[in-house]
Amino acid sequence: MSALLEVRHVTKKFGGLIANNDISFDVKENEILSVIGPNGAGKSTLFKMISSFLPTTSGEVRYKGERISNLKPHVVARKGIVRTFQETTIFKSMTVRESIVVAQHLRAKASLAGYFWGSKTAHEDVESFGNYADDLIDFLGMAEIANEQASNLPQGNLRALGIAIGLATDPKVLLLDEPFAGMNHEETMRMVDLIRKVRDERGVTVLLVEHDMPAVMKISDRIVVLNFGEKIAEGTPLEIQNDERVIEAYLGSADDEIGM
Amino acid sequence: MIKLSMFQWVGLAIFFLGVFVIVPMMIVSTGRTDLFFTLTSVGLLAIASAGVWLTFYIGRINIGQGAFALLGAYVSAILVTKAGMSFWLSLPLAGLFAAFVAVLIGLPILRLRGVYFAMITLVLTQVFTLTALALPITNGAKGITSIPLPGAVSIFGLTLIPDFATLENPRQAFYFTTAILMVLTYAALYRIVNSRLGHLCRSMQQNEELASSIGVNISYIRILIFAISSFFGGIGGAMFGSIAQSVYPSSFQVADSVNFMLNCFLGGLGYVFGPMLGTLVLYFGWDLLFELGKYQMLVYSSLLIILMLFLPNGLLSLRMRKSGGQK
Repeated sequence: MSALLEVRHVTKKFGGLIANNDISFDVKENEILSVIGPNGAGKSTLFKMISSFLPTTSGEVRYKGERISNLKPHVVARKGIVRTFQETTIFKSMTVRESIVVAQHLRAKASLAGYFWGSKTAHEDVESFGNYADDLIDFLGMAEIANEQASNLPQGNLRALGIAIGLATDPKVLLLDEPFAGMNHEETMRMVDLIRKVRDERGVTVLLVEHDMPAVMKISDRIVVLNFGEKIAEGTPLEIQNDERVIEAYLGSADDEIGM
Repeated sequence: MIKLSMFQWVGLAIFFLGVFVIVPMMIVSTGRTDLFFTLTSVGLLAIASAGVWLTFYIGRINIGQGAFALLGAYVSAILVTKAGMSFWLSLPLAGLFAAFVAVLIGLPILRLRGVYFAMITLVLTQVFTLTALALPITNGAKGITSIPLPGAVSIFGLTLIPDFATLENPRQAFYFTTAILMVLTYAALYRIVNSRLGHLCRSMQQNEELASSIGVNISYIRILIFAISSFFGGIGGAMFGSIAQSVYPSSFQVADSVNFMLNCFLGGLGYVFGPMLGTLVLYFGWDLLFELGKYQMLVYSSLLIILMLFLPNGLLSLRMRKSGGQK
């Protein structure tokens, strides 16, 4: 399998602080790759650079050979690389269904003016958005909460909503920001199944940044480990579990983070 | 093609009947033709307020509509007096010019959010007033006066719009012109809000980061909305100039900009027709309290504070609560 997403020598400096130093790895088509590391390892910074929410200081990220770093977030999203957020970043006063409908706007065939005048194409778009939203709601098992306002949903559902919004854009690569944070074991396992299903049934490549070790070990095809802004290991879950540098990095920091 | 419910059709019919038939008939029969002028003012302020409401819709507090109204008034006045252009052509040009200036100003300032954007727009009105005072083309503090009334428009000898100067009662003509413009403005606003552009605006209003993550070009939409908003401001201002037949740097002041914003708050930021109602209530509310003399301002502002405390979603939320339409 060829590399879909290439991270090449990516470095980020905030003044004198080096958040990411010369990080390189590949994300292959249709795999689930996790980036893990102790607090402050630079996971979030890397995540933001891949989605162009932050510019790189040097190095670049490529998607199918095309540079996608140092662009605007919406440009990267239009190429099919879509990130999700943690639970607080939602459309608070929209329902689940409305959020999913609005997130499909990139699939619109009619122009904004077409919508304004109510053209035929616009009506077709609206209908297809609605159908697609219903499909997605079924797929994600969110039928019961489809017409709930997002601000009324419990945390676990919000995370699923975030993924639903991301999926509604019909992405090629989905970047998930700590999808298991704050979840109990049962919720985590449900989310693991959901992400697997997204990959298996929709052919979406998944890159996720996460703390929760058991979940990461269960879900990932491969894992990249960061510590103090550097990549210290890359490999399958089994390789990572037995990597001495990884064990050292984790034992050297807060023990409870490893959770295993 | 655009579907409306029975309830909406009835509402629309009553509105049109009221604005175009009943109100003018009542005014004519009572002989209070000065009311035409008052209601025209309300209509024009409502047009400018509609623009402010639209910038609220992308999560920006706009206290600068006075600037664009002033700009529109000057553009139209200059085109009519110096270039001899027909007012009817200068009207859309005034709106377009205001929109163009809004793009130039919006490019740097629309990155700001919340109170920072509000503060910059607040200054804008003052900047435009001072610019009008300084420039030779605006004739400084003396302003532009004796602007001719809108002329006739005819195609192939068929008179579509008569020359306002020949009319017995130009105020009535201005009333109908304004009423038509207001209907067009609010129809456009309704369509914007209920089409894809409106949905994208809503997504931006609620979370710009998330909106850009799903591919919304937020800087483009922000500029587009600010331009449309200022277009409405320019149209309103140009009409005012034509009715008053004069424009001064003080024609639109910071207080006017603040009022445009208050109209939106009062009517309700969640309802397209909020600013229209807000303008009407605010305009007549102020006049009704005239009897109170020196206490007018005190009572007026206290009432506003109370209204906003108890009806934070505006006057229209009352109707919605009764009919149980919206939570």
